[in-house]
Amino acid sequence: MSKITNEELLQRVTAQFGKNVTNVTDPYGLLTVETSREQIIDVLSWLKADAQLQFIYLTDITAIHYPEIEGKEVGVIYHVHSLVNNIRIRIKVFLAEGDVNIPTATTVWNGANWMERETYDFFGVNFTGHPDLRRILNVDDMTVYPMRKEFPLEDPNRVDKKDYFFGR
Amino acid sequence: MQNFPTYSDNDLQSELSTLNLGPTHPATHGVFQNVLQLDGERIVSGVSTIGYIHRAFEKIAEHRPFYQITPLTDRLNYCSAPINNMGWHMTVEKLLGIQTPKRVDYLRIIIMELSRIADHIVCNGVLGVDTGAFTGFLYMMEHREAIYEIFEEVCGSRLTTNIGRIGGFERNFNDIAFEKTRKFLVNFRVALAEFESLFNRNRIFVDRTKGVAAVTPEMALSYSWSGPILRATGVDYDVRAMNPYCSYEDFDFEVPVGTSGDVYDRFLVRNEEMKQSMRLIEQALAKVEKEDPNIFHADVPEYYLPPKEEVYNNMEALIYHFKIVMGEVKTPVGEVYHSVEGANGELGFYLVNDGGRSPYRLHFRRPSFINYQMYAPMSRGMLLSDAIINMSSLNVIAGELDA
Repeated sequence: MSKITNEELLQRVTAQFGKNVTNVTDPYGLLTVETSREQIIDVLSWLKADAQLQFIYLTDITAIHYPEIEGKEVGVIYHVHSLVNNIRIRIKVFLAEGDVNIPTATTVWNGANWMERETYDFFGVNFTGHPDLRRILNVDDMTVYPMRKEFPLEDPNRVDKKDYFFGR
Repeated sequence: MQNFPTYSDNDLQSELSTLNLGPTHPATHGVFQNVLQLDGERIVSGVSTIGYIHRAFEKIAEHRPFYQITPLTDRLNYCSAPINNMGWHMTVEKLLGIQTPKRVDYLRIIIMELSRIADHIVCNGVLGVDTGAFTGFLYMMEHREAIYEIFEEVCGSRLTTNIGRIGGFERNFNDIAFEKTRKFLVNFRVALAEFESLFNRNRIFVDRTKGVAAVTPEMALSYSWSGPILRATGVDYDVRAMNPYCSYEDFDFEVPVGTSGDVYDRFLVRNEEMKQSMRLIEQALAKVEKEDPNIFHADVPEYYLPPKEEVYNNMEALIYHFKIVMGEVKTPVGEVYHSVEGANGELGFYLVNDGGRSPYRLHFRRPSFINYQMYAPMSRGMLLSDAIINMSSLNVIAGELDA
């Protein structure tokens, strides 16, 4: 299917970035690497600009919250797709909870704009340099980041959903 | 992207007016708000506000066992809910390592392609309505009804289907379902030809749509567009062809592409896709006949609910039933990204599992959300009436936009 294999892709990536790319895995056949926030824009723009790889298509940006992993609580996850070679790569950057700043990818793709706004809205990741970093799906005056694990699904102070109302 | 109004200091200028288009505007077919700055009828700038029907599906999904997430996916793109259902089932199957039998794959393709047709019918019909032609919409609705009757026959519901289960279908297709599908193919072919003859060379329609909101492939790719609107710009990216899932590799079909990326091309691409979908359904019907008619799910007792009679009379089945319903089944730790070609583009599911009863994190890559972000920038310089039909042809579904 794909014109280059994960191994070849990984070779190219490590040849370019060496030790800046760590934790290489390929769960379910999708090459996954981890990098730092200092390197992420370099990695993304190199992947996009490289004449052989041509990762021109940004599939998705999202985040994940691991409250128990100290110093790496918030992960920002990029899925990038090379349409020419038909291969995908997943790139992760982990940030500490107190310092969730990461440079914006809107400089590489216009489409990153709303994906980053959504990630900011739900995880509070601050994409520095983003042209319009506002909440997108939630109300503007919300004070929390609802997809973080400490945020409960329902307001614990609600009284209208207590079990005794339902005879339980 | 074009027709920017140019003024010199000597021109007579009136002040700009602000128009609040939405959130509930009859011309926008859904909950979309755009605050537009208008100079006469030309849009000078616009800001999209979304999230009016945000229901926190990703958060809810972290609290539900896998099989209870299917009804959430229904409510993403509710015009083609079965594609979302199947996409989610296939994501979980990929995580669990379930290999579905060929007959299940073919039945799934029948259902997915039918819902793709249903979605395109609505989009192209509404595009006709917005340009002033109600007839085509009304003619096509009859056939969407026929599709919904097929869904009803297979799963009992029509719009938000919750169709299929992890591993296959909840029950086998009956003869009426196949009969109705065959009948649909015969009738719809005629109706689609009629629909095309109503629009394709209709002077008013072509004048209203040709050259409107034309997008270059570079812009479309930069904004991560996918689906028919990306293919209308000439990029042949279709998940079904590039990363075949659900045995699409066994089928013979073409990926229609446009050239100019305008509203007219999107219309033509969707019409052509409906024809390709009919081809796929025909092939699938022929292939299903060669398979064992009693197979409609994979043999995975740990994840697929046993038949009710066995639950009442058989200890093992009762245990499995209990474990599945309570969400006590073991699931592998891992992360998986699976995407299907939804009616609007690449519908992706990014699932991170920690082995618990519900996903640790589930993210929907929703094509409507990503496709819609170019709407405000591309409306700049457009006539208001063109912006309306541009929105119709993007086929943004509010449920998928806001998740």
